[in-house]
Order: sequence, then structure tokens, then C-alpha cells
Amino acid sequence: MTYQVDERGYYGKFGGAYIPEMLYPNVEELRTHYLDIWNDPKFQEEFRALLRDYVGRPTPLYYARRLSEAVGAQVYLKREDLCHTGAHKVNNTIGQILLARRLGKEKIIAETGAGQHGVATATVCALMGMECIVYMGKVDMERQRPNVERMRILGATVVPALSGNMTLKDATNEAMRHWINHPTDTHYIIGSVVGPHPYPDMVARFQSVISEEIKMQLEQAIGRPHPDWVIACVGGGSNAAGAYYHYLDDVRVKLVGVEAAGHGLDSGESAATTALGRPGVLHGSKTLLMQTDDGQVIEPYSISAGLDYPGIGPMHAHLFDTGRVQFVSATDDEAMGAGIRLSRLEGIIPAIESAHALAALNKLKFSKRDVVVVNLSGRGDKDLETYIRWGKY
Amino acid sequence: MESNRLTKLFSSGRKNLLSVFYTAGYPRLNDTVRIGKALEQSGADFVEIGIPFSDPVADGPTIQASNKVALDNGINLHLLVEQVAELRKISEIPIILMGYLNPVVQYGVEAFCEDAAAAGVDGLILADMPLEEFMTEYKPVFDKHSLHNTFLISPTTSEERIRRIDDVSTAFVYAVAASSTTGAKERFTDEQIAYFQRLKALNMKNPVMIGFGIANNSSFSQACEYGAGAVVGSAFINVLRESKDIEQDIPRFVNSLKNGKAV
Repeated sequence: MTYQVDERGYYGKFGGAYIPEMLYPNVEELRTHYLDIWNDPKFQEEFRALLRDYVGRPTPLYYARRLSEAVGAQVYLKREDLCHTGAHKVNNTIGQILLARRLGKEKIIAETGAGQHGVATATVCALMGMECIVYMGKVDMERQRPNVERMRILGATVVPALSGNMTLKDATNEAMRHWINHPTDTHYIIGSVVGPHPYPDMVARFQSVISEEIKMQLEQAIGRPHPDWVIACVGGGSNAAGAYYHYLDDVRVKLVGVEAAGHGLDSGESAATTALGRPGVLHGSKTLLMQTDDGQVIEPYSISAGLDYPGIGPMHAHLFDTGRVQFVSATDDEAMGAGIRLSRLEGIIPAIESAHALAALNKLKFSKRDVVVVNLSGRGDKDLETYIRWGKY
Repeated sequence: MESNRLTKLFSSGRKNLLSVFYTAGYPRLNDTVRIGKALEQSGADFVEIGIPFSDPVADGPTIQASNKVALDNGINLHLLVEQVAELRKISEIPIILMGYLNPVVQYGVEAFCEDAAAAGVDGLILADMPLEEFMTEYKPVFDKHSLHNTFLISPTTSEERIRRIDDVSTAFVYAVAASSTTGAKERFTDEQIAYFQRLKALNMKNPVMIGFGIANNSSFSQACEYGAGAVVGSAFINVLRESKDIEQDIPRFVNSLKNGKAV
């Protein structure tokens, strides 16, 4: 059993490259070059140097003493929230912009939900002096205003997506349309492990630095590289892909994915794809998808803009299908409560996406000696408005 | 495939073919049949009926909006197949269903091909179904039900790939006129004309229909110089959106496209 992508671009029965012919040359160009570029020592050197000097890696693996006492396990937080720009997203945008430069691209486009990927893209475009257009649902632009302004300060053009529910799915549609209309000089930096092959594998590799560091840091902290559990939230699934990556074949490690249940799995307002989805095709890959019997994609809901997506990456669909990853879900209330708890116990205000991962600590059975790593994918600065509106603190 | 209406049309060697795209269930749910009939009577050579989808990534604003209206009207793929069967009772015009893969996958590819063929569909265009997947997964099912599948090529498609697509295509090859999503444009650029010339010089085995951006008689006639004919979509959707009398406006539109004047 392998959990990695095969040579046809599939993870088991999920994945592939379901794209209009107009995008075939772009995606084919990436497919034929990405592994050579990734394996080039010069590329690795450049990538690693920027992760170290610019992003601030390695991020700490922090033993959360008070949280551990409350949970009844040995809880470590992988502090991706301390990355430059405030979340793990920048690991991928650094990798992709270096790759785009190697391919001779002059312009960058991206989609964004909460704005974290948009900010991370605008940041690396400023760093490299490249033109940047970010598509963002109009509704998300309203609920994540500070991130919109951050992108503008960084010199990016933010274009509102006005179709559908005007959230992440629609921003992705608009970015794909832009790419169809500008096929030769533009690279599309997809922000998660979604999209046509090779994007899911490429993004997972750029994020795999997370579990690479966890292994070394655990070795130092507890004398062995593997924890008993790794827990991460899953929207499209990029932070989870990075946190699982080097443990996928190590069955001693229980892997948990936490999806957003919104107002509850039965409420009709949810984004828990593995619980509510069926196999389908969207945004270039065959994966699990929330949809009607007629194959129309259902508009998801979550309090967290970053988890508000109706699908998951094909790698995660396969990990769910094979049972390698246990998927649970957390409601808006459970996530917000877990976010407040971390703030009070550890002095860390997490992003609401990451708060979903923390909420799973109440849902799983640990023994006191279990070593549990929670990937704290982002910080809560961008979510202050939502915390304030929620109010129960 | 001999009795397939598209096969017959394209083996006739006729030129200046006009195909018109419209969205099923638009502007009103039950307009699908009468629009198809009116197009046949007006002299359209075949029709492409759009399967509405929530996320039409290859489409520009006009067709996106028509998809949304049609879905809000209550169209679904089962109903669409019934509407085609109704149209088939009163029309012999070749019919292609055009859309995205996901609704077909949910219907079940085998069941869909069977029902579509029984309803009188002659071919399919699924914008996000790649050549490779079609050849390995779907071709046998399409063949079994005598349904053509049409592939798209674009200005960025390499000659090698065009040859491959031409090789496996059956009725015709659909040449997207520009690196763009669908949408009506005023005229072709010199770059587009150069691309059409390049295509013509390839001497492909299949006839080529040119689509995307064709809106009037001048672009229609120009496209016909380089291919077997042309496809009009967004410009027709614009007419439907504004029309107060579909039966009167459809012949007028088709005539203005083909002859440069309305009657």
C-alpha cells in the first residue's frame, strides 16, 4: 500500500487531471518539470534558505504543559502560526514562486478563502518583484477585511469573485478562468493540496517540511522521532498533508483529520466533506465532494473561511478511503471553545482553522503517556473580529 | 455510427455549418424543446445543448449566468434527457450535449450514455474530461451507444497533441478560437487568423468547427473560411436573455449570422 501519488497522478481512485484542454499545456508543463526542479540541489538550497531566513523555520515544537494536563496526554504544538505571514501557507508559496521563476513565468495568480494563502502569495510576489492577482470571494473579502488590505499593501490586486456563494470555491473558479485566458506568461499558485495533478503532490512536498521538522524535534525532545498521534485540520488539506507526510507509512502513528462541521453535520450548513461527500470531479481532480444527486456542488458553510470548501484534496480522499487517517469533525462552537481554551491555558490565540484541530483533543481517547502533536497551522490575529462576535470569553 | 445524425451531417461534406449552443432550462425551464425546434426551422445545422453545472470553469460570464438561472429554474440531468426526447419527437437536428463531467458521473456514465442515446442524443462534449481518461475509461461505453465524443483544441495545443486528438476524434474537432473562456467578441485578431491558417494547413482528417467568441456574420463567415463551420453560444444566450418573442427572434438571429442580415 502506498499513500503517495502514482505515475498517472492518482492516489488510489482519486486524483488525475480533469481540466479543459485550454489548460492542458500549462498543467503538462508543470507535470513534466516539477520533480526535476524539486530534486535539483540548487532549488533545494534556495528553497531551504528562504524557509530559514525569511519564513523563520524551523518553527518550534512546543510542549504545551497546561493543555496537556487538561487533556490528559502529552500535547505538543507544531507552531506553524509563528511562520512569517502567520500560517503554514507560506511554505508552499515560496516553493511555487521559485518554481514559477524557473519556468520563466512573469505573473502570478492565486485564489484565497480566509486570505492567508492570498497574503502568503502577495508576500512572495513582493519578495520576487512579480505581478500578483488574487481572486477572493466577495463575501470573504468582507469577513476578512484586514487580509484584503494586507494584500494591497504588499502590492497585489485583489479581485472579488462574484459568482456562486462568493467564497473559496468561486474564487478558485475565477482563478482557473483567468489562467485559461492567460495561459503562457502566468503561473497559478494553488493554495492547497487540490487541483489537477501535479498540484496535490507538489503542494504536499512543499509542506512536507512540517513533518520533517517534527521528526527531528521529537527525537530531541523524547528520544524517538514518531509521536503516537498527529492531529491537523482539513479544508483542502495542505497543513495536514505536510504534518502527515513523513509518517504516512509509519503505522505506529495515528493520523487524525479534523473537518469543519459548521452548525452540525445534519444542519445543512457544514463543510465536513468526508462525512457528507461522495466521489466527484471538481477543480481538476476526482475526489470527495459535497454535492447534490444531480452532481451540482453544494455550497459549504463554516465559521472558518479557510475550511469553507466543498471538497478535500485527492490524497486525503484516499487516506479516508483506506482508513489510514481517522476523520472527525468539530462544530463552530466546539472550535471556538477550543480556541479560547488554548488562549487561556497557553497564551496562544489560534486561527479558527487550527482551533478545529484543537477541538479534536476532546473527542479522542488518549492514554496519559500518549505523545500527541497538534499542527497549529495559523495564528488568530486575522480572526479577532470573529472571536469578538462569538463573544463567549 | 452510420445512423448517427452527426456522422451523416459531417460525411455530407457540407460547408458553412452553423452550430448553436444554448443552455438547457434557460431562460425558462421548459424552453429547451422549442428553442431546439426553432433553431432547426431557422436553418441551424446542429445544436449543442448545455448541461447546467454549478461550477462551469471554462465559461465566461454569459454562459455562467445562464447556468445559474437554469439550475434555479429546477433543471437537472434526468429532466434534460427527457426534454431531449421530447425535442427528438419533432426534430431531426443533430444534438450534442455539452457540459462538465461531474453531473454525468453522478448520473452514472453507463446509464447516462444509454438514456441519452435512447433520447436521441448524437454526441457529447465534456469540457473537463481529458483525452487520456476518455480513452481508458469511457470510450467503450460511448462506442456501444453510438455517441460521438468531441475534443477541444486551443491556440496553445501543440501540433503533436492536435494530431493525437484528430486521430481519436470521430465526428469533428472543436477548435477554440482563442485562449479564453466562452464569450462573444467583436472580431478576430490577426493572431487568431494566423492560428486558423495553421490549423487549416494541418489537413486534419476530421472537419474542424471553430467556436468561442463568434458573435456575428463577419466572424462566422471568417471562421467558415478556415473550417467546416462555426459554433455560436454566448451571443445566442444574449439574444435569449433579452428576447420577448423567442419564435420571432431566433430566425432573425440565425439569418443575421448566416447571411449578414435579419429578415
